Amino acid sequence: MAEPIPSIPPSSADSLQAAAIHPGNGHGDEFDFTHLLEHMHDSRELEFPWGRWEIPAFPPVQIGELTLDLSVTKHVFFLFVAAVLLMVGAMTAARKMKKAHVPRGFANLMEVFVVFIRDEVALANMGPAGIRYVPFLLTTFFFILIMNLLGLFPYGATPTGNISVTAALASVAFVMIQAVAIRAQGLAHYLAHLTGGVAWWLWPIMIPIEILGLFTKPFALCMRLFANMTGGHIVILSLLGFIFIAQSVFFAPVPVLFVLGINMLEIFVAFLQAYIFTMLTAVFMGLGMPQGGQEVH
Amino acid sequence: MFELNPGLSIWTTVVFILLVVVLGKFAWKPILQSLREREEKIRDSLEQAERARAEAAELLRQNERNMARAEEEFQKIVREARVLGDKMKEEIVTKAHQQAQRELQNTKQEIRRDIEAAKQQLRSEVADLAVKAAEKILDETLDAGRQKKLIESTLKQLTKN
Repeated sequence: MAEPIPSIPPSSADSLQAAAIHPGNGHGDEFDFTHLLEHMHDSRELEFPWGRWEIPAFPPVQIGELTLDLSVTKHVFFLFVAAVLLMVGAMTAARKMKKAHVPRGFANLMEVFVVFIRDEVALANMGPAGIRYVPFLLTTFFFILIMNLLGLFPYGATPTGNISVTAALASVAFVMIQAVAIRAQGLAHYLAHLTGGVAWWLWPIMIPIEILGLFTKPFALCMRLFANMTGGHIVILSLLGFIFIAQSVFFAPVPVLFVLGINMLEIFVAFLQAYIFTMLTAVFMGLGMPQGGQEVH
Repeated sequence: MFELNPGLSIWTTVVFILLVVVLGKFAWKPILQSLREREEKIRDSLEQAERARAEAAELLRQNERNMARAEEEFQKIVREARVLGDKMKEEIVTKAHQQAQRELQNTKQEIRRDIEAAKQQLRSEVADLAVKAAEKILDETLDAGRQKKLIESTLKQLTKN
């Protein structure tokens, strides 16, 4: 019943195959399929159908005590891919919409998202003043969406499945949220808000709590996006791992069917998480604006 | 999996900010602009259509009013004409009737007069004849032969007349 999986020549290796041809150390037929998880890790290599390519690395930059390695890794590469795709897509749509007043096809698809972000996300949460932040929210949405989707392509990777990326995105959102609040309320009122409006002798307790409160929202943004993007991939890889446990080509279709289902779910989650990140950023920005919903304490 | 890679974070931030700047200028601005223009155009078109519709409705109402007024006028004219026609008809008939009566009367009278005149003439002629006959009788008395001749001649004359 159990047929051994035919060995694959090392020349055609991606991480799944690599996992398959690197059996666990000295355990005979047992595969160390934790190698599968390497798929999600950042690395200095890009995988292609015909092999791997080591990305040239910069020497680390030394700034005082800090050592910064700005080398282009797999996730940085796909970050660039997402940025290029987004630039090409958005500019194509912009050019098409300028030419024809009634857009068709791709420009029309873009327009659906743009109108949704403008009306349902920006204006709904920030009021009429939110119109100036629409470009920021649009960039957030599309950039995250494309990064989410890139991992679903074979040999692709999901930069948003890396906490460094989501942390950076959340940091930008944090800066935006504070900037909007200061701009709308004035610096004095913004600082006064940090005291929570309690008696002065409570300030030593209140101010740290309020400042902590400022950070929890973007932190949640960061963790939510990272966990969602990672989770789906882990589920898919775990299901594929069953094949290596069973070691049977007859059993293989079962996990593959499940993986297919999860993959479709992943497409939905990619859109959903991009939307949630954008939506919550807009909500937090709106909370800092006096006209944009209730005040926060 | 959870350790932060500062390089990656920096790359993300840089790429993202660049994207916001570049796309904000070259993609989102024109897209939002053309969206706004289109929305304004649609709103204008709708308003214009609404105005045109109201105008058309107003025109229709006016037309209906005019039609109703014209219909009323028409009915009135017909009614008046009918009344006038009836009156004229009656007048004409009455006049014709009277005329006919008059003519009939005149004719009757004329006939009567003619008859009278004829009678008168006949009467006088008969009297004359009687007188003449009497004269002739008186002239040729006593002679039977003469008498016969006289009668014959008289008859002849009568027939001649």
